[in-house]
Amino acid sequence: MLSEINLSLSDEGITMIMGPNGAGKSVLLRCLHGLFQPSKGQIRIFGEDRTETRTPEAMVFQTPVLLRRSLIDNLQFAAPAATAAEIHRCLESVHLTDKAQTPARQLSGGEQQRLAVVRALLTQPRLLFLDEPTASLDPFSVKVIEDLVQQASNRGVKVLFISHDIGQSRRLASDVVFIHSGQVTEHQPADQFFTHTKSTPAQQYLAGQLVL
Amino acid sequence: MLIDAFSQAAQLIIQGDSDLYEILALSIHVSLAALVIAAAVGLIIGAILATRQFHGKQLWVTVIHALMGMPPVVVGLLVYLMLSRAGPLGVLGLLYTPTAMIIAQVILITPIIAALSYQVIDALYLEYRDLFISLNISRTRALKAYLWDARYALMTAILAGFGRAVSEVGAVIIVGGNIDHLTRVMTTAIALETSKGELSLALALGIVLLLLALLVNALVTAIKAYATRHAYS
Repeated sequence: MLSEINLSLSDEGITMIMGPNGAGKSVLLRCLHGLFQPSKGQIRIFGEDRTETRTPEAMVFQTPVLLRRSLIDNLQFAAPAATAAEIHRCLESVHLTDKAQTPARQLSGGEQQRLAVVRALLTQPRLLFLDEPTASLDPFSVKVIEDLVQQASNRGVKVLFISHDIGQSRRLASDVVFIHSGQVTEHQPADQFFTHTKSTPAQQYLAGQLVL
Repeated sequence: MLIDAFSQAAQLIIQGDSDLYEILALSIHVSLAALVIAAAVGLIIGAILATRQFHGKQLWVTVIHALMGMPPVVVGLLVYLMLSRAGPLGVLGLLYTPTAMIIAQVILITPIIAALSYQVIDALYLEYRDLFISLNISRTRALKAYLWDARYALMTAILAGFGRAVSEVGAVIIVGGNIDHLTRVMTTAIALETSKGELSLALALGIVLLLLALLVNALVTAIKAYATRHAYS
């Protein structure tokens, strides 16, 4: 799925991972987070070997995974030490305070993803992986999630964010990694990526012409 | 004749016939005791099969599923051989006692609860696994979460086990012996009274057994409806 990946990322900012469907973006993110074990090679997180360390980190999946419990219980499960005030602030930040006791799976898609993002942030990660967290969401939910991610980045959380949304990538990215057919074809600061795209697949992707 | 039998059966139930209620009480005692043991063992087996990866796992899953269809008379025979005087556990003197019937029912319904629990927890495991790894949740906490979040589906699995236990006849008649005031339960009493032509008691017990089955099924339906309505399923 992935081959000859040689990638070094800054320990701060928001790295956008872009590429067509099936390029290997999610696999890369899952390898970095430790959900998949690469068959060979080495992953180092903040200078430490992936297999030997566990940096405080969290991941939000494209389809939100929520426990069959209330919103409060979902948050409390992820962060047992969180106080009631912290949980209340979390719910407030995603505009879900009035649904605190509602079963999480009764929420709309956008509400579920907002909850999943704030739950990940409640665990106080140093590294945050986001796998298309805003795909198919309403503009309000997209705005709420983007604001949360931006605030987390400002606090020093390193974010790796998969997105197909070029506008969103322009708004959030510090740098962009472009993946095509399991290989990194380009890694540039965001402003350069969008103005001076180097690789042909990335140029075709941005022009809407890349077909796998 | 049939109407007379129904009428007498109704009288036995309404008037609180002591024989009938003694048999009913023993039936429920034996089946509930078997259920408690089978639920504890079955839930653990189901949870382990669903959440652990080990060599031969698929074989165990197949065996557990196959054991769901184990003929009760075969179970009765095996337990009889174990508990009979010449058997390895004969020294315990358990044959023809309610304990022997409980053992037989445990063997019968544990695979049912284990297999149904496995199916429920396995589906939840596939859904939650990555999240739990991501949140760095310990195995123990994860296991508790699977059991808690699957509680409504697991309750229906346990009730299915109870339904099977209380309506079973083949095994308990072999190991219990259908002894009056000692090991006579509803199903064995129905078989005996029918063979004697005493249809009123057989019918009364049959009606109670049917009501019990209806109650169990109503509970299962209510639990499923509650879980669906509150998005817990």
